[in-house]
Amino acid sequence: MSRIGKIARRTFLIGSAAIAGGVAFGVYKYNEDPENPLTSEGDKAVLNPFVFVDENGITLITPKAEMGQGVHTTWAALIAEELDVELSQINVLHGPPAVAYYNSALMGLALPFLDYEVGKFQDNLRGYVGEAGKLLGIQLTGGSTSMKDGFERMRLVGASTRETFKLAAANRWGLDRADLSTSAGMVSSSDGRTATYVELAAEAAALKPPKVDLRSPNEWRLLGQSQPRVDMLAKVTGTAEFGADIRVPGMKFATVRMNPKRSSMLRFDASETEKMAGVERIVDLGDGIAVIASNTWLAMQAADAIEITWQDANYVETTEGFFDQLAQGFDGEVNATPREEGDVEQGFAGTEVYAEYKMPFLAHSTMEPMNATALYTAEAMTIWSGSQAPLSARDSAAEAVGLAPESVDLIVPYLGGAFGRRGETDFSDLAARVAKAMPGVPIKTTWSREEDMRHDTYRPPAIARFKGVVTEGEAVMLDGQIISQSVLDLDGANRENVTGSFDQPYGIPNYRIRGYLAELGVPTGFWRSVGASINGFVFDSFIDEMAHAAGRDPLEFRLELVRREHAPSATVLETLKNMTNWTGQTPDGIGRGVAFTYSFGTPVAEAIEVQDTGNGIKIAKCWIAADPGFALDPSIVEAQLFGGAIYGLSAAIMGEITFADGEVEQYNFPDYDALRMHTAPEFDVRILENNKFIGGIGEPGTPPAAPALANALFDLTGIRARELPLIKTFDLIT
Amino acid sequence: MQPLSTHIIRAFPDVLIDPIASFNSIKIKLKKEGSVSFKLTVNGVSHTVDLPAEVPLLWVLRDEIGMTGTKFGCGVAACGACTVHIDGEAVRSCQVQVADVWGDVTTIEGLGQPDTLSILQNAWLENQVAQCGYCQSGQIMQAAKLLADNSNPTDEDIDDAMQGNLCRCGTYPRIRAAIHDAAKSMGA
Ligand code: FES
Ligand code: FES
Repeated sequence: MSRIGKIARRTFLIGSAAIAGGVAFGVYKYNEDPENPLTSEGDKAVLNPFVFVDENGITLITPKAEMGQGVHTTWAALIAEELDVELSQINVLHGPPAVAYYNSALMGLALPFLDYEVGKFQDNLRGYVGEAGKLLGIQLTGGSTSMKDGFERMRLVGASTRETFKLAAANRWGLDRADLSTSAGMVSSSDGRTATYVELAAEAAALKPPKVDLRSPNEWRLLGQSQPRVDMLAKVTGTAEFGADIRVPGMKFATVRMNPKRSSMLRFDASETEKMAGVERIVDLGDGIAVIASNTWLAMQAADAIEITWQDANYVETTEGFFDQLAQGFDGEVNATPREEGDVEQGFAGTEVYAEYKMPFLAHSTMEPMNATALYTAEAMTIWSGSQAPLSARDSAAEAVGLAPESVDLIVPYLGGAFGRRGETDFSDLAARVAKAMPGVPIKTTWSREEDMRHDTYRPPAIARFKGVVTEGEAVMLDGQIISQSVLDLDGANRENVTGSFDQPYGIPNYRIRGYLAELGVPTGFWRSVGASINGFVFDSFIDEMAHAAGRDPLEFRLELVRREHAPSATVLETLKNMTNWTGQTPDGIGRGVAFTYSFGTPVAEAIEVQDTGNGIKIAKCWIAADPGFALDPSIVEAQLFGGAIYGLSAAIMGEITFADGEVEQYNFPDYDALRMHTAPEFDVRILENNKFIGGIGEPGTPPAAPALANALFDLTGIRARELPLIKTFDLIT
Repeated sequence: MQPLSTHIIRAFPDVLIDPIASFNSIKIKLKKEGSVSFKLTVNGVSHTVDLPAEVPLLWVLRDEIGMTGTKFGCGVAACGACTVHIDGEAVRSCQVQVADVWGDVTTIEGLGQPDTLSILQNAWLENQVAQCGYCQSGQIMQAAKLLADNSNPTDEDIDDAMQGNLCRCGTYPRIRAAIHDAAKSMGA
């Protein structure tokens, strides 16, 4: 039976375990369970450890990587809420990779705990995240699942831990647990006795945690309020340690050059390079080279000076070639038809709408270039890697150097942006392989920006063909076909590459979406909001085209269709209408567009106002309304929404990776730029909490950004952009 | 070589027209015997390093001295992650060779530590600006220079001064708010 099936049948119990100088609390599990990464071996009762209380205070061990999304803060708040401690009393550590830290939401267990009706949208979401979990290994920070994953478990751990401390104090004082109270990390009795959790830790370790009920949201002190982020002080003082900042005594600095045509290496000549300043070692990696030097820049200069002959690409070599391949793929088999309502083939009277959309390859271009540090010896390896999937990164790095996974420790520092890129294992593998060349010497392998941009796992390009019919102002039929390369390694029907189009809450009576797959041979991967980042643009642009064909106001047209399916989504659109004082009219020189995408369980509507300055078009303003169900930390939710929109807008305006001779033509930010201070619009964000369950927040801000802008540009110019990036069609200020 | 003031430099596609040429232009052949001893003052502390003259200040700070608050983002003056001050001027440390450092260097570590925050860093904290945080040292150093020159910047002044500093997480709205707040606090 699959691992998903096994885990789905488990129930969570809270347990405790004695540790040196204190106690650990976590999820208690039985025999077949994964090994506990934090307590000594031989202990049958395996704990999924989340909280340590010892002489150092209260420490939260989070399996979630902090890549900017604020997860360390919100997970700390989830625990602190029930534990009755202040956020400032909690230290947050990122735990080691361990099977015990599986991501329950990604494992297809999304949202088991809230009383909502599983509508088709939620169901689709579950199927999707389950697939993602299979691919990336189960300890993963991505797919906007962190809050779904932690929402119940972290509060349960907090509550059980609190009650265990009360029990310990009750035993010590000969009182009843029910008569004791807790606050700020301390148990108090009505007669004035007090004991801190730290003082009670040893006694608590001997107790079985009592069963607890969770507090209702109206009793929350911390959740629902913006908290100071636990990582902020370090990030404004330059003291936050990213992967690139790892310092280990005696370390050397390396860089790599791998084939930009993504195949093998024929030969290289490093005779000049060996003599260059600071160079310690040239490493033949077989499929590329590494230079180990006394500093990173010297390593990069030397690597650049090596003459390398690369094997040709195993793919078609040019951008046009890839798009031809995609177009031909429509003649092949349908891979998935995840939505088929009514009968789109029946023949309709009315106005037909037809559009074909083209989306390019995109790079992630995280601010921190790919890197990792490794210390290899013949028996073991320690690797420091900003990984979104530390478990698979550890296993993969171990395999790359021929060690058993248990012999490898992987430490996750802060991630300088991830957006899906750091779910890959390539940068950890390379660092491990480089370190193997100098056993006993810690080596940091940092990619140049050029290497990073030209060796990404890109968002795949896609083509979409959409047909629709409007009759008397109503959408009666929508029939969409989408083709791209899959980012999932799955057999059979794959809904991921049509996500964002088949799963939209639109009450169109005849509604079909079909997905097709092409094998392009270029490495592609998860890119913030994944399929929804592509199909959000396609689907919503097409809805806008249908609205205009129907002679309807685009916002009212959407609202009417969404209202039939999903009330919280309709409220999001209504809220946007009020925020923007939407009239459907704009003065000359101003354009407005609206877009809506339901992704990762969160409906998001965005509106954009563009302005023709006479000197190029400026994106003046962006309004966002979103409903993640619970806004556990409104400040973080807001930041993720506007940050997600900026990420989407950057790509929509100027993001494009192109190929010539099998190589990516973009090298660095000057040829793959993004929004900056002067081009980012002003934002107005409104967060709603009508959805009955908790949705993701790191990704849903991205999909509606591109169509909102394209629709605004149509309003301004009358030109419909069906190809991204928009800079190809419009004179946008960059 | 003329010091590169980040206040003026904007490395955008119009500046670096040919990516391959720009990539190759930073290729400099170095010989082992090329090392020279350099004395630097960083945040008031003096350091001596033995290095080829061409090594950029960024890598001297990060790899040689071990001060990692200053970040590497692009190496071609296009992102601002490596911004530091030399004699009060904001510069891209990836573009200043160690031999050309003409004065005292101030990095993010010198602007204020967790227990000695500058007004500007405190405004960043109050506005909860950082997301991943990787670009923020550079953003703060650039903003510090802006406020040193202009105690009450308009939105347009902020656009002009900050547009060389990329943030892939998109923290721009809060950077803007933090600069305005810091300007107010400094004036008060
Ligand atoms: S690293 Fe110096 S500007 Fe990007
Ligand atoms: S905060 Fe992540 S790049 Fe700016």
